[in-house]
Amino acid sequence: MSFQTFLQHLVNGISLGSLYALLAIGYTMVYGILRLINFAHGDIFMLATYIAFYSITTFLLPWWAAFLIAIILTALLGILLERAAYRPLRNSPRISIMISAIGASFLIENLAIVFFGGRPKAFPIAPIFSKIVRIGDVSISIVTIIIPIITVIALVILNFIVNKTKTGMAMRAVSKDYDAAKLMGININHIISFTFGTGSALAAIGGIMWALKYPQLIPLMGVMPGLKFFIAAVIGGIGNIKGAVLGGFILGLGEIAIVASSPALSGYRDAFAFILLIIILLVKPTGLLGQNSAEKV
Amino acid sequence: MLTINNLSVHYGGIHALKGINLEVPQNKIVTLIGANGAGKSSTLKSIMGLAKASGGSIKFNGEDIVNKPTTNMVSKGLVLVPEGRRVFSNLTVEENLFLGAYLRKNKEEITKDLNWVYELFPRLKERVWQKAGTLSGGEQQMLAVGRALMSKPKLLMMDEPSLGLAPLIVKDIFGIIKEIHRNGMTILLIEQNAKAALEVADYGYVLETGSITLEGPGKELMVNDEVQKAYLGEHK
Repeated sequence: MSFQTFLQHLVNGISLGSLYALLAIGYTMVYGILRLINFAHGDIFMLATYIAFYSITTFLLPWWAAFLIAIILTALLGILLERAAYRPLRNSPRISIMISAIGASFLIENLAIVFFGGRPKAFPIAPIFSKIVRIGDVSISIVTIIIPIITVIALVILNFIVNKTKTGMAMRAVSKDYDAAKLMGININHIISFTFGTGSALAAIGGIMWALKYPQLIPLMGVMPGLKFFIAAVIGGIGNIKGAVLGGFILGLGEIAIVASSPALSGYRDAFAFILLIIILLVKPTGLLGQNSAEKV
Repeated sequence: MLTINNLSVHYGGIHALKGINLEVPQNKIVTLIGANGAGKSSTLKSIMGLAKASGGSIKFNGEDIVNKPTTNMVSKGLVLVPEGRRVFSNLTVEENLFLGAYLRKNKEEITKDLNWVYELFPRLKERVWQKAGTLSGGEQQMLAVGRALMSKPKLLMMDEPSLGLAPLIVKDIFGIIKEIHRNGMTILLIEQNAKAALEVADYGYVLETGSITLEGPGKELMVNDEVQKAYLGEHK
């Protein structure tokens, strides 16, 4: 493999890894605070792309306005999802809330088929995003470069919110101990809504960039990627934001490496994610950066 | 300040509190002693709105507060140091203290109280950047008390602050309780360590299987025969 080809693959891998990382964070944040795998997260991701699609094609908005609206509406949908499907079951056994998550996922997918139609739609790409840049002998589409940049910006903002703001402090407190957090005067419901809003906004950012990279929308487009985002979160250690980023990049770079090493293996691209998951669960079930759940009493 | 009338709490089929009456006057230390499972923690939890009361009333400065959300209690000045400390082990000591002041807005006053807490607990000041989970049991208890003080309580409730601590540390903790009280704090203290609790308390209640069986000034309870037998070990 020539150095150019290697660079090309590397850039692609980083780009794909960024998307996985952004989406894995949504899984990990919700898990951290509710101990729930939000199976509908991949469908939230799908909804974001359709909102952007209709904003551009039906409402004829400029791309940036459409993206902004998609991010805001998706955040609100995430909050709505928690209110409707998870909050009423807050004190039920964990299995009930998990079943509810699976149900919410199927509901969103099927409503999407009814309202958006089952036929694929082509995502309209503004000319700015379809440019190709050449760096030396490497030619890269501008989207591939933008994705990691936006991801880094989003991660810096998220890191600031979680570690430096009062709300972030409350989020970390709630994820550790509900009752003790209540005793501080923290309104648990607000913090959980905020968590879903943030996770869903990141899913929207990831979804829009996904659509720019793979511009074909179908109502079930969140299913397979959704599983991979989840796997990325588990590899890194679910509940840990840094772990989700790490898991995302490992998965993205790994997939591209498989495809690059031999075209014959490219059909096994999806299998790679699952094999990696099995290995992690066998070797280090808490994930790479996951903490052992044993606690000092 | 706090008046509890005929308070009942049920957990499923279990009747944990069977109509208790309790009064905490301003600027006093009142203690509630009793064995495991007598309903001491249930009393505090229902005051804070963490456990649902199935009957009776709880009045704070004349206002009925029974079964209101916990966050309202904290903003009214009812603050609980929970059993088992429950510090946020994944947060630093300073973050824990700032979370105590979560509902407060006045930055100057928060800083003033933070300095006061560091004066009370110099050990915490040495460990500001340490994760709370790395502290020893006694330090965690200090942090839990300091965190509660950061909420600017009018009534400070403590659930077994001596639980699982070495006797010397227990002495420290009770010293601190007296010190806080001298600053004008009203305290409702729950303890299994009846001797230490009755020594500092102005008034005491004895709780047995969900009912109050005895009450009286701390000093009187100390010499009461039944209390001696049940909680202090029989003296010859």
